[in-house]
Amino acid sequence: MTKVPNMPKSWRQETKPHKFCPGCGHGLVLKALGEAIDELGIQDRVVFGCDIGCSLLAWDFFNVDTVQTHHGRTTPVLTGVKRARPDRICIAYMGDGGGYAIGSQHLVNAAARNEKLTVILVNNCNYGMTGGQMAPTTLPDMKTETSPYGRNVAETGYPTQGPEMVAAITREGAYAARGTVANVRQLKGFIKKALQNQIDGNGFSFVEALSGCPTNWSTNAKDTWAFIEETMTKYFKVGEIKAPAKKEE
Amino acid sequence: MAEKPIQGEKRVFMTGNEVVAWAALAAEADLMYGYPITPQNEVMHYWTRLAPKFGKKFLQTEDEISAGFTTCGGALAGKRCFTATAGPGNILMQESMAMAEMMRIPTVLVVQQRGGPSTGTVIYSQQEVTMTCFGGNGEGLRIVYSTGSHQELFDYVIKAFNSAWKYRFPTFVLGDGYQAKMRESLVIYDPALKGIKMEPTAPRLGLEGMPGVDRPPSHLRNTYNTEEELFEAVSELVAAYEKIAPEVVEYQEFFTDDAEVVIIAHGVVTRAAQAAVKTLRSQGIGAGHFRPVTLRPFAVDALKTIAKRAKKLLVVESAQGQLAKIVKDAIYGESVPLEGYYRPGQGITAEEIVELVKKGM
Amino acid sequence: MATTTKIALAGEGGQGVQSVAEIMVEAANDEGKEALYIPNFGVEQRGGVSVAYCQISDEKVGSPKFKFADLVIALSDRAVRRTKQYVNANTVFIYDSSIQDVESDLPTNAKKVLAIPALEVAKKELHPRVFNVIIMGAAIEATKVIKMDDAKKALEKRLGYKFQQDPQLRELNYKALEKGAELVKGLL
Repeated sequence: MTKVPNMPKSWRQETKPHKFCPGCGHGLVLKALGEAIDELGIQDRVVFGCDIGCSLLAWDFFNVDTVQTHHGRTTPVLTGVKRARPDRICIAYMGDGGGYAIGSQHLVNAAARNEKLTVILVNNCNYGMTGGQMAPTTLPDMKTETSPYGRNVAETGYPTQGPEMVAAITREGAYAARGTVANVRQLKGFIKKALQNQIDGNGFSFVEALSGCPTNWSTNAKDTWAFIEETMTKYFKVGEIKAPAKKEE
Repeated sequence: MAEKPIQGEKRVFMTGNEVVAWAALAAEADLMYGYPITPQNEVMHYWTRLAPKFGKKFLQTEDEISAGFTTCGGALAGKRCFTATAGPGNILMQESMAMAEMMRIPTVLVVQQRGGPSTGTVIYSQQEVTMTCFGGNGEGLRIVYSTGSHQELFDYVIKAFNSAWKYRFPTFVLGDGYQAKMRESLVIYDPALKGIKMEPTAPRLGLEGMPGVDRPPSHLRNTYNTEEELFEAVSELVAAYEKIAPEVVEYQEFFTDDAEVVIIAHGVVTRAAQAAVKTLRSQGIGAGHFRPVTLRPFAVDALKTIAKRAKKLLVVESAQGQLAKIVKDAIYGESVPLEGYYRPGQGITAEEIVELVKKGM
Repeated sequence: MATTTKIALAGEGGQGVQSVAEIMVEAANDEGKEALYIPNFGVEQRGGVSVAYCQISDEKVGSPKFKFADLVIALSDRAVRRTKQYVNANTVFIYDSSIQDVESDLPTNAKKVLAIPALEVAKKELHPRVFNVIIMGAAIEATKVIKMDDAKKALEKRLGYKFQQDPQLRELNYKALEKGAELVKGLL
């Protein structure tokens, strides 16, 4: 009999093995999230939303009520859920396209309104599911299907700094951090703080996770990790960017 | 001067998306704006690789709303611009295309239909007919070509640029996921070889000279203040549209003169319908096929003539009656029985149509 | 009426089904035949069932989809179940013998059902990577839809740059084609 690997309790066993590509970072981010949900004991309060793109493959991932939305619309849908049911813990899960391109206006406005939401955004520098097109977080000179000669920053700008943007436009009470699948323990810590921030009713919480996409990067395991750990970190700083001030006892 | 992307003509074997990119190049398109959505992504993949070699440009926008509006902007600036989309992306295009309708902006939009509604499938359907023809908050004053082969994709993308700039209504090439992804042979050519001259473009913004001094300023709007103003504006649009409709309408008929049952289908389904009619006729059954090539403007007169003669109309589409609605509107008043074979999101084979016709006899 | 050969190939994403289909129709087109191929797949980038519909004919091909195939090749249990619908009395149904627990799912109305050890041959005699080229050889032998030489030319066109770097790959791929044909020869 095949041994079932250890999984977070909030994961749904019946839908494993999951459909993400071999070597994809989503599995690790969802593991960090699953463990965070378990450790905070909120599984029965969570409403989970996923976007279009590879994040949509998480639609039946957890034993948690989930809605797969349209591209970029996970933030507003979960905003709608949260405002209707403030006691639920609402998590909007998306990729760099869903958050920084088509979903950017919703992200900006949710942040500006300090929505009591937790947004988890997986950044792998490309549009994975549609076959590897350029994304807002594609690195300078990086080749993608729609930047076949390399991303020209003069024409298309520099990679979006998401958590920094959220930090800049939010007030006190918001939380913004960037983790990486290269350090799942740290990522889980950020996710837990982001969720706790929602539980405490402080404000908008945002965690970006640097992740890998060997399928569209066309990299082997070694090069995938090198890209995440060494190359991406040149443009995306890992760490907490904003956290609510500690309340005076 | 950069050399032409296609010299003379040559037979090639490629996917429909690649055909679209080559056709746009052949049509001397200047700019493509786009956003990833399956199944049309490869139009961008090929354009971004080929276009720079001919001094043409590209921008991947933040979403389809932007892709549509940047296309409008580029056209207003006097350049041949186009974009491509599918499904939910097509929904987002409706806002910009409504603006193009009101303001007579010569946009070209290639739509590769996928299953709907909502995210549906990435594969195929004919479920974006209503939206592409009548989307937005207007009267559907659009030119819509429904192609059924790679040769037609090539021919009609080129024609779309000319129709858009000659008649100045937003123009659409309505393909689908099968056409986008399938490989078949076609002949690509330099339009000049076939005597096709590209319609000249003209800017309406950013013209030369001092506004108010050398020339009147260009003041463009799509907003009106009174009911009467709006009625007048729309009436003008409708009149202009009805005037050009006879020149633009295209359709094909197969064995309809003496047909008892006429199969009505568009786009890629015409292939199955044409094959079905051949088979049925070889078995002594009086079947015929009417194929609208333009869904807007629709070949009302031609279809009415057929409706008067036929014993039965059979509308066959990969949607739940979207073509049928247009047909019924066109033949209103005729008493011929009409049946629908509706397969939203599913391919339709010649065998199915043959079976259907025989069952109904 | 023109003779059109209809082939449905199906397997798990990553088994190389689309590549085989593309190379075959490319070869047919180069031979001067009319060919049409469409892929059918879900949203995942990897995995999931991948189906390729190929039609090769003397005349321009009609509908891209067909109801029944002349040849079905299924490379996984899901592919067997998915492609059963394309089988009728004229269909030759080939599946890989390594697929487990699939006997009860096999079609009962086909012209012929054949199990071939393509994966085993790939692993034991050639290389797992040329598994799909063996399948291609089998498909060509089963339908005689293109000449083996044209298949080799099409392979060269597609993979020539890899063969240049490692000429042994060329030998390997050509052997795979021939092996695939062998597995099917005389059994139909």
